[in-house]
Amino acid sequence: MSTRKIGEVILDLRNISLAFGGVKALTDISFDVREHEIRAIIGPNGAGKSSMLNVISGVYTPQQGEIIYRGEHHTHTDPHAMATHGVARTFQNLALFKGMSVLDNIMTGRTLRMRTNILQQAFWKGAAEREETLHREFCERIIDFLQIQPYRKTPVGRLPYGLQKRVDLGRALAMEPSLLLLDEPMAGMNVEEKQDMSRFVLDVNDEFGTTIVLIEHDMGVVMDISDRVVVLDYGKKIGDGTPDEVRSNQDVINAYLGVSH
Amino acid sequence: MAQAPDADEARVLALGGTTFPQLLLEHAAARPDAAALREKIYGIWQTTTWRELADQVEAIAAGLAELGFSRGQHLAIIGENRPRLYAAMIAAQALGGIPVPMYQDAVAAEMVFVFRNAEIAFAVVEDQEQTDKLLELKEQHPLLAHIVYDDPRGLRNYTNPEILSIDTLIGRGRDFLRSHPGLLKQRAGECSPDDTAAMFYTSGTTGNPKGVIHTHRNLISVSRAASAMEHLTGHEEVLAYLPMAWIGQNIFSYSQWLAAGFTVNCPESQSTVSADMREIGPTYYFAPPRVLEALLTQVTIRMEDAAAPKRALYRYFMDVARRVGERILNGDPTVSAAERMLYRAGDLLIYGPLRNSLGMSRVRVAYTAGEAIGPDLFVFYRSLGINLKQLYGSTETAVFVCVQPNGQVKPDTVGPPMDGVRIRVTDSGEVLIRSPGLLREYYKNAQATAEVKDAEGWYHTGDAGYLDTDGHLRIIDRAKDVGKLAGGAMFAPKYLENKLKFFPFIKEAVAFGDSRDQVVAFINIDFEACGNWAERRNLSYTGYVDLASRAEVYSLIRECVEKVNADLAADPMMSASQIHRFLVLHKELDADDEELTRTRKVRRGFIAQKYQVLVEALYAGRTEQFIETQVRFEDGRTGAVSATLRLEDATTFAPSAAQKRAA
Repeated sequence: MSTRKIGEVILDLRNISLAFGGVKALTDISFDVREHEIRAIIGPNGAGKSSMLNVISGVYTPQQGEIIYRGEHHTHTDPHAMATHGVARTFQNLALFKGMSVLDNIMTGRTLRMRTNILQQAFWKGAAEREETLHREFCERIIDFLQIQPYRKTPVGRLPYGLQKRVDLGRALAMEPSLLLLDEPMAGMNVEEKQDMSRFVLDVNDEFGTTIVLIEHDMGVVMDISDRVVVLDYGKKIGDGTPDEVRSNQDVINAYLGVSH
Repeated sequence: MAQAPDADEARVLALGGTTFPQLLLEHAAARPDAAALREKIYGIWQTTTWRELADQVEAIAAGLAELGFSRGQHLAIIGENRPRLYAAMIAAQALGGIPVPMYQDAVAAEMVFVFRNAEIAFAVVEDQEQTDKLLELKEQHPLLAHIVYDDPRGLRNYTNPEILSIDTLIGRGRDFLRSHPGLLKQRAGECSPDDTAAMFYTSGTTGNPKGVIHTHRNLISVSRAASAMEHLTGHEEVLAYLPMAWIGQNIFSYSQWLAAGFTVNCPESQSTVSADMREIGPTYYFAPPRVLEALLTQVTIRMEDAAAPKRALYRYFMDVARRVGERILNGDPTVSAAERMLYRAGDLLIYGPLRNSLGMSRVRVAYTAGEAIGPDLFVFYRSLGINLKQLYGSTETAVFVCVQPNGQVKPDTVGPPMDGVRIRVTDSGEVLIRSPGLLREYYKNAQATAEVKDAEGWYHTGDAGYLDTDGHLRIIDRAKDVGKLAGGAMFAPKYLENKLKFFPFIKEAVAFGDSRDQVVAFINIDFEACGNWAERRNLSYTGYVDLASRAEVYSLIRECVEKVNADLAADPMMSASQIHRFLVLHKELDADDEELTRTRKVRRGFIAQKYQVLVEALYAGRTEQFIETQVRFEDGRTGAVSATLRLEDATTFAPSAAQKRAA
């Protein structure tokens, strides 16, 4: 149904290796992400999926390999630099400000785009006030998009888990990312919540053209919504391709179902 | 806003328009900058003035005309209350077309009948969900040529030739208007009050829906009479939160809106209605009993969670309210000064804040309609000082038949007939009506029209009732539902069900007993209230089915049933209708499974058939019964739910013993 065009490679990961002391989290992994696509990373527990995401978002610096993002080579990155380059992420275990309202949490996503200084904001006159109005409008559009209007003023800690996940997504969207990293956006959700979340992920991709890299455990969801899938196991890449290709890949089947030796 | 209220009122009453498009033009000319509609978008209420509305209507009308929409055609309107869907209704009427509002939560398969019956080629819908439904429906109804959507979200990449956004339509309309200026004025002038203004499909507890045809004259004369009776002015605020397909919503927020010229507010979404209501503070409010029930349930739950002193205060003053609130509201002079003082203190501490949190602080007139309301529920709101009144009518009568007049509200009647309405009760007890608001006919169904409308113009309501000594109409039940127990006593299931539903833990109830020797009942628990109750008792449960089958929940429900029985025993007419056995259903009764109508009325016959094993098991005295039922999910897929239900006895009371207990 969708007519969105999948474009050029915008993120190219070449021979990434990451180790924590003696533990090899990632070994010589290469794959790429194209503009406007939904790219899934799957794999059993401990396969290195979250580490991979942390490498992309700049939390971990790999010992080897390079990251080419929109033509720029990065060997040492940090989260702030990646964020200014338009990379936003959500967290597996939620990292929201529990005592703050939904609206305020989403507003924090606008931090990088605020231009006024702390003094101006303290007096909240002129430029600061105008700026806040603009950002508030942007956040309201996200609230409308994610259909969380009833909870606008509710402290996040009081919301059910599925909604907190949505707020987390909202905060990431507030950064107007061009690349969005989702770390298990559907973990711990029931079927209905998963359906809703899948719909939102597709809508984000469709409406804003955002490129999405996501980690997910639910195979049904992954196969339904992603364009291409990369499969990790014990820190190594064992499969890469369209959902159909991956599904028929013998290594992947072995990794997931186990194999008798 | 600058005008004085009286000047405004005078102006509204002087309006001479006899069709809706003409009324719109008059408002736009007389008070162009007053608010016609408000909608909350991105957290802020956005206003559309009468002038802007007229402008928008003209552009939509021009766009529709250019697409080929012409006199006599039907226009499907599907969605929540959205200003531009309202505009599209007026636009269709201006072109001599007939808007057909439909329930937005109906699935495509249910809509096919209406689309075929009314030969609908044009539809204006709210969003992607409705567009998808209509694209699916088009396969069975190829006549559907144009689908216009309001909210473009998710629809950008659709390439289907039959869909277009309302913005595009408006744009094309404006182009068209450049060569045809003054289109609205000209076409509105061609409308006659005897044209069909709108068609409403009755939800129908049996058989296929029937299209009820109302003319401009029908709807406007009824709306004017009702507005005059309640002194409605252009300053009323109304919250439009019920389906547009329900004639109640349509009369209150469309016909009366254009007749009286007040402001209609569209909530942000279905889930923000209560917050939006607090913000708007409507002055004119209407709610079917199920909404009032749900509000009461919320209040009860929140009070249960409150601290002990607050709970005690609440209980004390609610007792005061029950004693005198209703009498004070009715202007009863015999209430003692001490009681009045006490009530005033309660108003300060409890009733006022409660009205405020319900969003009813400014309510001047509130109606409940659509179904009979349980007396306990009704009195609860009135005792808080909210001028809630019952209204009697149906789709076929354009709602207003009887209204309880201010100061003379008797909870068990629906009031005297309104101006221009005549009522007759047949020997068999059926209520007949003659009114200016009576339907012209059912669409393409002369046989059904003849069944309800006789040669002299009397409409047969199918309700059993009588006029009391004050000339107030008392409705007992649907005539076909009122039965007799094997012992000969009257059995009015609705009456029992309403009594049961007053308890916050009971969401829905279905009573059986016609030609049986005793009454049995199915109960649907209120998941929210029971869930909350269970949580406070550290009772864990996995979901609806589990909670509904808990022994603790059964004993909770049994208590409710027995309280109802004690009440019934005190009423000589009803003591035979005490509920002997009951069960708690494992699934919620749902309109998607055809167990309720889209207006959430119980389809008793269908339920009796579907759950026949359960009814038989109750009468056979069994203690448990296995049942498997099909359920339909919101996306149209079906699945099965099975459970072994427990069937329990409830204590019944001898009439005399119960009287002591109740006293």
